[in-house]
Amino acid sequence: MKTWPDTLEHLSKPRPRVDGREKVTGRAEYAYDVLPQGWLYAVILRAPVAAGTVTGIDLKAGRRVPGVRAVVLSQPLPARVRFYGQELAAVAAETREACEDALRAMKVQVREEPFVVQELEAVHPHASRVFEEYGNISKAKESRQGDPEAAMEDSSTTVEGYYATAVNLHQPMETHGNTVRFNGEELLAWSSTQGVFGVRDGLAGAMGIPLSKARVITRYMGGGFGSKFPAGAEGRLAAELSKATGGRPVKLMLTRFDESLAVGNRPSCFARVKMGTDSNGRIKAYEMTGFGCAGYAGGGSSEGGSGGASFPANHLYPAENARIDQRSVTINAGSGRAFRAPGHPPGVFIQESLMDQMALALDMDPLEFRLRNDDSPIRRKEFELGAERIGWKETYRKPGSSPGVIKKGLGCAGSYWGVPGGDSNAEVQVNPDGSVVIRCGTQDIGTGTSTLVPLVAAEVLRIDPNLIKGEIGDTRFPYSGGSGGSRTAPSVAPAVFDACVNALEAVAGKSGMKDVRGEKWTEACGKLRYPIVAQGEWKKGPLSSRGAYGAQFVEVEVDTETGFIDLKRIVAVHDCGLVINPLTARSQVNGGIIMGIGGALYEDRIMDPVSGVVLNPNYETYKLPGMADIPEIDVVLLNFPERGVLGMGEPVHIPTSAAIANAVANALGVRVQTLPITPAKVLSALGQTGDDFYQRSLSDLQRALQRVNEVASLPQETLSEFVV
Amino acid sequence: MKPRKESIGARFTRRTFIKSLGATAVTSAASFAEVSASEMKAAREEMPLGPGAVPVTLRVNGKVLNLELEPRVTLTDALRYHAELTGTKTGCDRASCGACTVLLDGEPVYSCMKLAIDAQGSEITTIEGLARDGQLTALQESFVETDALQCGFCTSGFLLSATALLAANPAPSREDVKHGCSGNLCRCGSQPHIVHAVQQAAGVKKAPQVELIPMNREDLA
Repeated sequence: MKTWPDTLEHLSKPRPRVDGREKVTGRAEYAYDVLPQGWLYAVILRAPVAAGTVTGIDLKAGRRVPGVRAVVLSQPLPARVRFYGQELAAVAAETREACEDALRAMKVQVREEPFVVQELEAVHPHASRVFEEYGNISKAKESRQGDPEAAMEDSSTTVEGYYATAVNLHQPMETHGNTVRFNGEELLAWSSTQGVFGVRDGLAGAMGIPLSKARVITRYMGGGFGSKFPAGAEGRLAAELSKATGGRPVKLMLTRFDESLAVGNRPSCFARVKMGTDSNGRIKAYEMTGFGCAGYAGGGSSEGGSGGASFPANHLYPAENARIDQRSVTINAGSGRAFRAPGHPPGVFIQESLMDQMALALDMDPLEFRLRNDDSPIRRKEFELGAERIGWKETYRKPGSSPGVIKKGLGCAGSYWGVPGGDSNAEVQVNPDGSVVIRCGTQDIGTGTSTLVPLVAAEVLRIDPNLIKGEIGDTRFPYSGGSGGSRTAPSVAPAVFDACVNALEAVAGKSGMKDVRGEKWTEACGKLRYPIVAQGEWKKGPLSSRGAYGAQFVEVEVDTETGFIDLKRIVAVHDCGLVINPLTARSQVNGGIIMGIGGALYEDRIMDPVSGVVLNPNYETYKLPGMADIPEIDVVLLNFPERGVLGMGEPVHIPTSAAIANAVANALGVRVQTLPITPAKVLSALGQTGDDFYQRSLSDLQRALQRVNEVASLPQETLSEFVV
Repeated sequence: MKPRKESIGARFTRRTFIKSLGATAVTSAASFAEVSASEMKAAREEMPLGPGAVPVTLRVNGKVLNLELEPRVTLTDALRYHAELTGTKTGCDRASCGACTVLLDGEPVYSCMKLAIDAQGSEITTIEGLARDGQLTALQESFVETDALQCGFCTSGFLLSATALLAANPAPSREDVKHGCSGNLCRCGSQPHIVHAVQQAAGVKKAPQVELIPMNREDLA
């Protein structure tokens, strides 16, 4: 029995999540909520400048504040500062109020230095350097296939465009942080993380203790979206504070302000793209020259985990002849981190925008143009289904042909996500009464993993899911990797599957019965003298798979007098192989789309070129989509069991901003080529205001891309490494 | 940081005053105690509060909590860190996200924008106070059934806003729900299911089924 049962009893049916009750009663305990005996509140003192050298901090003044129990430096002084908000020191005190008094008391002496916080200024040959050793522009990451120059030359139609996307902030509802108890020998952390093992290893390493002496627990966490893999400076500082107080638990959760500065972001992207097609409308040549900006550094060098400045090109409808040339640019701002499908939403926005440009140049329906060039039968099917749902055939009009002040538009875009599962283990304890405990060191980041674990087990064992207790979110359980890359379901499901198959064999062996599943289960378990434990791991099998496809369609109305974009309807058709739980799956699709709405229309971290600070470090000025901004979302899932289990958190987010941008361009007949598409840009692009700032921003973009290319002639050692 | 059953600093509360009298004297002293307590209250009101901790009495979920708090402590922090009711969440601490929403005499408020001392005298309902004797409200049930939550961190706030909405408008339209919960943010994107949950709990509309299209390789050929 190494395969799925032919008919599924528990999977592919809507199942409320197992921890729903805890979440609706306030009993779900997040890292923010753990209040161990004797806990202390803690806060971080941050750099007040974008660049400079901190020569002194009045730590004594902080320590003198009543209630303060410990103050630690983040790094020895003098300390080099490369972005506004860099961690300088941390305080632990009996109360939050005492912490805040201490922050005010600890004056920082800093020698300010020149900085650059805007990407298009950072590429100027005379811009301030973020690092003295080399310029702000990196070496190139180049890829070539076929003969792009000749293919472009031979193309019967070519189009070219300049595109840019803004820095987006993750802004999970629960900020980053931990409650940590560390007495110098043993460490216990309750973490708001996407990877308990990564945090354990990071904290143990920073504190110089064996991994066996550190334990991390994440029972509940309030969102991460790629930004919550490592322990981070905030985790390390909490551990140091706890140690400094002789082992009192320290709760160091970031403020919303902190959250906007120093714990990651989606890098901005800038690109010139060109496409060539033959007379049949087949894409033959593709060129992209671009750069991304992940702040002062890639995530790896900032205790921030992964996340870089690259973005995919020529990957949805790949041309055989392509030249891709990317660089990264450094500025004095917080470092990038992985953000839900790193690089893909900007990459797809650029590629799918160019697709619509080409369809227009070919005088072809953009859907037809995609179907003609899409090699994926799954995605072609998804495009067809989505088109039917949105009424493409009946309502699609050529760009700009919608009459009146309020113009209607339709747009679409595709998605691909190909990260496979792996690196997951699980163990099953079978009790003589037939009840089952499954332990897996994964974590539930809101996607429903804690519900998936018992459901998959119930399916393999053919028993009531209520007999099964899934335990996750603890480094004492078998290793499972971080929850990212849409890898969790495709990693954990096969591991649980394997452990349960082994449990079936073990129970059969001990009970002397042949098939112990289903109705036989209780009888067979009754023959066990004591609980047995079976192990399992991710393997290639019926559940392991890769490659999730999707297509989204958007209908908009744009008011050409106010620039207001009213999303009327979004249709999303996605596959994720075997749908484990349609209910939580739809939640994820909605979530990916809504985050995509933010990237398309609202989200933009704004840096002040004069002071170097983040101008919108909070929820009221960094705009997230709210209740009122959300249109009707029509979700259709393909259930494709033979493809195994696929994750969908990322593929469902990738195409939304592109589809919205295409719908807006279709409504207006004018394309806004930079995200977010704000009302101001719409009006400026339409020439409805006296201010042509949007056109000027495109000229700035062109000039910046030229400058970036010019560094090719410089000695390579003067360039930084490309931030992958 | 434990909740205090008896407020040590509040030497003149009615309760401790009465306790200090003999049992036989209680009846005759009761009216005196009333007067004395109100006089003390008036005297306290004239004095500036803080910066040190002052006695604060909150009525939360039907229970009286006597706490010692600096006057600058917000209602959010009083609930979370002094009453250990951590179901009320801190998302922004500046009246933008609504994760800290509680009901104050039935009205939804951002508890991060309310000082605990200013919440005295009101009936405060937090997420912990919605279910009675372990029995979830229809709205809580429907949040679970329709999966109106993902990470769950915004859920308390949405539930309290929606509870207030249903109290005022038992049959809300989709637009009513959007308006009623417009003060709450969710980064996971659970808003569509939250609309389902509220309308289903109100009996206005049942949440739509998730649409699955069975597929195999032959379908694509």
